[in-house]
Amino acid sequence: MTPPQRRRRHPEAQPPPPPEPGGEGAPDGKRVRNPERLYIITGAAVEDGERAPIDLVTLIVASEDPPPSATPEQSALLRICQAPLSVAEISAYLNLPFSVVTVLLTELLAAELVQARAPIVRRARADRSLLEAVMHGLQKL
Amino acid sequence: MEDHLPHTAQAGVKIVIVGGFGVGKTTMVGSVSEIRPLTTEETMTQAGIGVDDNYGSESKTATTVAMDFGRISITEQLVLYLFGTPGQERFWFLWNGLFEGALGAVVLLDTRRLEVSFDVIGRLEERGVPFVVAVNTFPDGPRYPIEELRSALDLPKEIPIMECDARRRASSRDVLLTLLRFLHSLTTVKTPV
Ligand SMILES: Nc1nc2c(ncn2[C@@H]2O[C@H](COP(=O)(O)OP(=O)(O)OP(=O)(O)O)[C@@H](O)[C@H]2O)c(=O)[nH]1
Ligand SMILES: [Mg+2]
Repeated sequence: MTPPQRRRRHPEAQPPPPPEPGGEGAPDGKRVRNPERLYIITGAAVEDGERAPIDLVTLIVASEDPPPSATPEQSALLRICQAPLSVAEISAYLNLPFSVVTVLLTELLAAELVQARAPIVRRARADRSLLEAVMHGLQKL
Repeated sequence: MEDHLPHTAQAGVKIVIVGGFGVGKTTMVGSVSEIRPLTTEETMTQAGIGVDDNYGSESKTATTVAMDFGRISITEQLVLYLFGTPGQERFWFLWNGLFEGALGAVVLLDTRRLEVSFDVIGRLEERGVPFVVAVNTFPDGPRYPIEELRSALDLPKEIPIMECDARRRASSRDVLLTLLRFLHSLTTVKTPV
C-alpha cells in the first residue's frame, strides 16, 4: 500500500527569494514571508500603544489587589494572578476568549495593576542556550 | 483550582503541536503536561458574504475555536507551553502570533488520513517554522516505512520523522526532544563563525 503523495504549491522547492528592498510582498501576489518582518510589524503596533505586547505565553502577575473600581472580570483576573500565570492559562481559568483577556490585560497593564513578564523568544530563531535549557528540562521528565 | 507557577517564573516559551482532527494532539499534550490540559478559546465573528450588501441582512456567524495546551516547568525561571492546534489553517489567524516566537512545531500524523496534514506542512514551510513529524501509531492505521513517508510528504532528509505513541509520556517527551535537537542543529548551521 502506498501513502498519498503531497504536492507542493510551488512544485520546485526553491530557496526562499531574497527580501526585496522595501517590498512587503511581491506584486505578483506571492507574498514574501519573513518571520523577522512579522515581528517588526507587531512591535510597531505595540509602540503605537494600540496593544500591549501580549502573547499566549506572556506571564502575568498581579501587582495590586483589585481596587474597588475594578470590574468583576478584572477582579477575577487579579485574584488568580497572585502568582504568575500565562495569558493562555488566564483565558482557560476565566473561561474568556484569548482576545477578551488581551483587552482586559491591556487595561490592567495601563493601570499598573498587573505586570507582564515578556516571552523571551520573539525572534525568528531561538538561541542555543535557551534550546539547551529546554532540552535538559525535558530530559528530566 | 489554578496550578500556579512559582514566583521565580520569568518567561514562557512555546511549541505548537499541529495535526488533523483526532490525531492525538490532546493526548500528547496531556501525556507530558505537569498540569491537567487546559483549553483556551477564541471566537471569530464573521460577517456574511457581501459586506456592503444592499440586502440589509447583516448575517454574522460566530465560530468558536478551542485549543488545548499543557505546561512543563523547565527551570525555576523558564516554562514550556505546548499548544495542540487543529490542522485547519483557516483558524490559525485567530491565535494572533501563535507561531511567532514559537520554538518550533510538531506535526502529528495519522497514517489513516495523511492528506489532512499536507496543508499544515506547506504552511509551516512557507512561514519558516521549523518542525518535526511524529506519526501517531493507531492499531488500525497502515504502517509505512519512514522513508516512504518522507517521500510521500516530500520532506528533505534533515527533517526528523518518527513514530510515537502519544499516550505514553516517554514517547511524547522523545518527540519533543527530537524537535529540540533538530532546532539546535539549525543554530549550528546558521551561526556565523
Ligand atoms: N492507539 C492509539 N490511540 C491514540 C493515540 N493517541 C491518541 N489516541 C486515541 O485517539 C483518540 C483521539 O485522540 P485526541 O488526543 O483526542 O486527538 P485530538 O487530535 O486532540 O482530537 P481533536 O481535538 O478532536 O481534533 C483518543 O481516543 C485517544 O485515546 C496513540 O498514540 N495510539
Ligand atoms: Mg483535541
